[in-house]
Amino acid sequence: MSNMHVTAKVNGDEVEFLCDPRETLLDVLRDRLNLTGTKEGCGTGDCGACTVTIDDRLVCSCLMLGVEASGKSVGTIEGMAEGDTLHPLQKKFVEHAALQCGICTPGILVAAKNLLEKNPDPNEEEIRYWLAGNLCRCTGYDKIIRAVQDAAKEMREAS
Amino acid sequence: MAEVNLWSGLRQFTDGELLIIVKADTVGKMLDELVSIYPNLEPIIEAGVSVAVDGEIVAGADHTPIKPESEIFLLQQFKGG
Amino acid sequence: MAKDELSNNFKYIGTRPNRPDGLDKVTGRAKYGADFNAPNMLHAAVLRSPHAHARIIKIDTSKAEALAGAKAFVTRADFPTGLEGEDFYLQENTIAGDRVLYDGHAVAAVAATSALAAKDAIKLIEVEYELLPHVTDVDEAMKPDAPVVREGAQDHSVPEGLPPNIVSYMDFGHGDLKAGFSEADFVMENTYKTEAAHQGYIEPHACVGQLGQDGKGEMWICTQGQWFIRKMCASVLGLEASQLRVTPSEIGGGFGGKTTIFSEALSLALSRKSGGRPVKLVMTRSEVLRATGPTASASMDVKIGMKKNGKMTAASAVFRMQGGAFPGMAPTGMALECAFANYQLPAVHHTGYDVLSNRPKSAAYRAPGSPMAAFAVESLVDEMCRKLNLNPIEVRLLNGSREGTKSSFGPTFRKIGLIETLEAAKSHPNLEVELGPNQGRGIASGYWMNHGGETSISMALGEDGTVTLSIGTPDIGGSRASMALMVSETLGIPYEDVRVNVVETGSLGVNEPTHGSRATFATGKAAVEACNGAIKEMCRRAADKWGIDPEAIDWFDGAAHPSGPNAGDFPPMTIKEIGRRMGRTGGPISSHHATTYGGAGESFGTHVVDVEVDPQTGKTTILRYLVVQDAGRAIHPSYVEGQFQGGAAQGIGWALNEEYIYGEDGRLQNAGFLDYRVPVASDLPMIDTIIVEVPSDNHPFGVRGVGETGIAPPLPAIANAVADATGQRLRHLPISPPKILKAIKENS
Repeated sequence: MSNMHVTAKVNGDEVEFLCDPRETLLDVLRDRLNLTGTKEGCGTGDCGACTVTIDDRLVCSCLMLGVEASGKSVGTIEGMAEGDTLHPLQKKFVEHAALQCGICTPGILVAAKNLLEKNPDPNEEEIRYWLAGNLCRCTGYDKIIRAVQDAAKEMREAS
Repeated sequence: MAEVNLWSGLRQFTDGELLIIVKADTVGKMLDELVSIYPNLEPIIEAGVSVAVDGEIVAGADHTPIKPESEIFLLQQFKGG
Repeated sequence: MAKDELSNNFKYIGTRPNRPDGLDKVTGRAKYGADFNAPNMLHAAVLRSPHAHARIIKIDTSKAEALAGAKAFVTRADFPTGLEGEDFYLQENTIAGDRVLYDGHAVAAVAATSALAAKDAIKLIEVEYELLPHVTDVDEAMKPDAPVVREGAQDHSVPEGLPPNIVSYMDFGHGDLKAGFSEADFVMENTYKTEAAHQGYIEPHACVGQLGQDGKGEMWICTQGQWFIRKMCASVLGLEASQLRVTPSEIGGGFGGKTTIFSEALSLALSRKSGGRPVKLVMTRSEVLRATGPTASASMDVKIGMKKNGKMTAASAVFRMQGGAFPGMAPTGMALECAFANYQLPAVHHTGYDVLSNRPKSAAYRAPGSPMAAFAVESLVDEMCRKLNLNPIEVRLLNGSREGTKSSFGPTFRKIGLIETLEAAKSHPNLEVELGPNQGRGIASGYWMNHGGETSISMALGEDGTVTLSIGTPDIGGSRASMALMVSETLGIPYEDVRVNVVETGSLGVNEPTHGSRATFATGKAAVEACNGAIKEMCRRAADKWGIDPEAIDWFDGAAHPSGPNAGDFPPMTIKEIGRRMGRTGGPISSHHATTYGGAGESFGTHVVDVEVDPQTGKTTILRYLVVQDAGRAIHPSYVEGQFQGGAAQGIGWALNEEYIYGEDGRLQNAGFLDYRVPVASDLPMIDTIIVEVPSDNHPFGVRGVGETGIAPPLPAIANAVADATGQRLRHLPISPPKILKAIKENS
């Protein structure tokens, strides 16, 4: 099967790449575009480690083909900070020790950022259900939820 | 002369004895001495045992000293996770 | 270090600074196992058995070899012969010989120019099997007429006449059991069962291996222990250890499951066969569940004798555990050692069986054996408390092990913290909360002995007075921060001036993995000892400069000070000054320490959980969860709390949902995260924690390992809470909704 040529936007930058039509967007991000921050945990859309945004909508990139990204705007963990300025969520995750091994962290950060863009003042239940698609095996979620709450508070106060 | 407590399943290799007196002054020498007294213990000890010396578990630290009044137990080998 | 030398006045220990690798991990920069690529790299795929037990008649790779892009193939024939014991089993698990022993057992592997090409090649390999009968249940596997998994694998401990699947036997205990039970006012015995669970790390196993014709090799791998990987790959492939260099990547979870090899040697074998090209091998989630190392399943009989007031007079346990198709992998011995550790018992006896089955080769999972044992014993204690109308915390306080107690497994306990955890749990506000309809409360305590082990470490002073610490234990949960805090405290320099590097096998002597809750204890202790060595040298440099005796110098606040006015009137010489001049004053300053540590302080914990069980659906909701555990000394409290909470979450999953489900055909039915259901964020509440500190005498700061104990109490605590809520006692985990519903319906 011959490769297809695709153009898209990733973290605001125009990109173009070749990929086999069978490659997932996750494969493309990691192996073609060298953006290894997005992780593969299961390949079946059950763990959320591959979470990205497509035109501001949360998607498991392992469930989408690379060719389907044509013309779309993809957001990954690499686009979350602006230069040296971390997103409040990134800052709070470190402060609250909301990560242990860190493998789920990129997916959770992308998902949480999307939540706060849509709902700047979520309650605990809303945060838990929003993040229910992102598995974490290390933390038991407690410090993750607290970090999201704290980041939301900081963002509300800043605006 | 320190006393070494063996677990009951080892009885078959020690003519029924579970409390063995040894002269050794380190864990490693103690294990060697056990094998020299009861050669049938060798495969068990080669496979690996943990040793508790005065309540502290030692796995593989054969240089650990033992005193004549030390309480010594042979235990199933530790493997962590 | 003697008790009175431990102080509570720390500048850095006990604070909560940001972890040094935090920035990398929240930006996606950190490199994990699958994030590494090498020039001219190939991709591997593994063909695995779809049968639980079968003879391999023929493997035909000819069609696959014709595929463009397929560059190398390996089968067992490409591996050296003549291995024995544990080395043989590692090799056999890496790739099957004449028989496949479980669903997922590797049969052949291919390296190709792309991951897709490798997957395509695998589909073209033809294997002819002759099916054999299989057995997956532990009690079934012990029956005299059970299918035999392996002939001749019984060790010296097994009594005559036991069927061949029983490969190891243990019995130990003390006291007069018969007398003990007859003294009791009340004796109860029951059988409890747990199913196999997987560690469930989110990162699948991944490595890039390279092996040349000169026998020199490299491996990049997500692992808990790079020296274990080196040793095992070297054994399996017939390599010299020093010629194989293993570099640990960041690791996305391990919990014991990444302390050993599964498919990694295949990447090296494929590399060798392809002329030395690097080969990347990443497991799929299905492969991880089918063919790495889940924990054992267990069938356990427990009997306890108690007086009316709750005082225990005797106890016995018979545990049967299967660790897959490989001897020595079921944690029966450790489970039995943990089983009654909480209690003072004048008479106690333990019997254990290690049983083979047609399942994958078990690996360690967080306090191996302890959760199963806790489920059985702590459930029975709870059942007895209910029958006798006794308070479960008071019964544990009455019988609880303390300093000077002869443990259930023999040695006398030194200083331990079980009682302190019970007292702290007892006075927590969670216990005041009034429960509503369909709600219940469960309590349980647990234990893990913890481990020291081989440790080798190095620290070096920079010309600017900052410090590099090279350690051998991968950072699974924030331990770099703890090491930096211990170094800061010892040297008296800022936390930010210490950089901790986890290094590869060529840079240090052997280190045991990050397992057994040993990293903060053993690596930390060695780091302090290495720093003390450096301090001695730095004081000598100052002494030299000042022309005084090095004994007349004190080191504190990051500088050498004359001990008193008699020593001389010199301003302190800071570590920065010493670093700047070290080249000229005697050479670079670094310090190494290597030893095998014993005497790790054990950690006890007590958990309290409130649940609500929906009588319509059988669903259990966790309302409140409290973890109280003895950490000895919390170097970085946030990461200690993290271990408590993480262990609790895994235990909750194991109690309520997680299990390996095998079909009649011996195949794993739930080899994915959809049906192997681990807790998600919406399943859990906030998890309250209390860190108890009963310092250990064997660590300069009193550290006890904390990583593992936390997974043991949840299994019984939840079963006890569900019994409290529903009146139904379930003795077979997981207690998932269908089972609870069935119990409620059958008994209404």
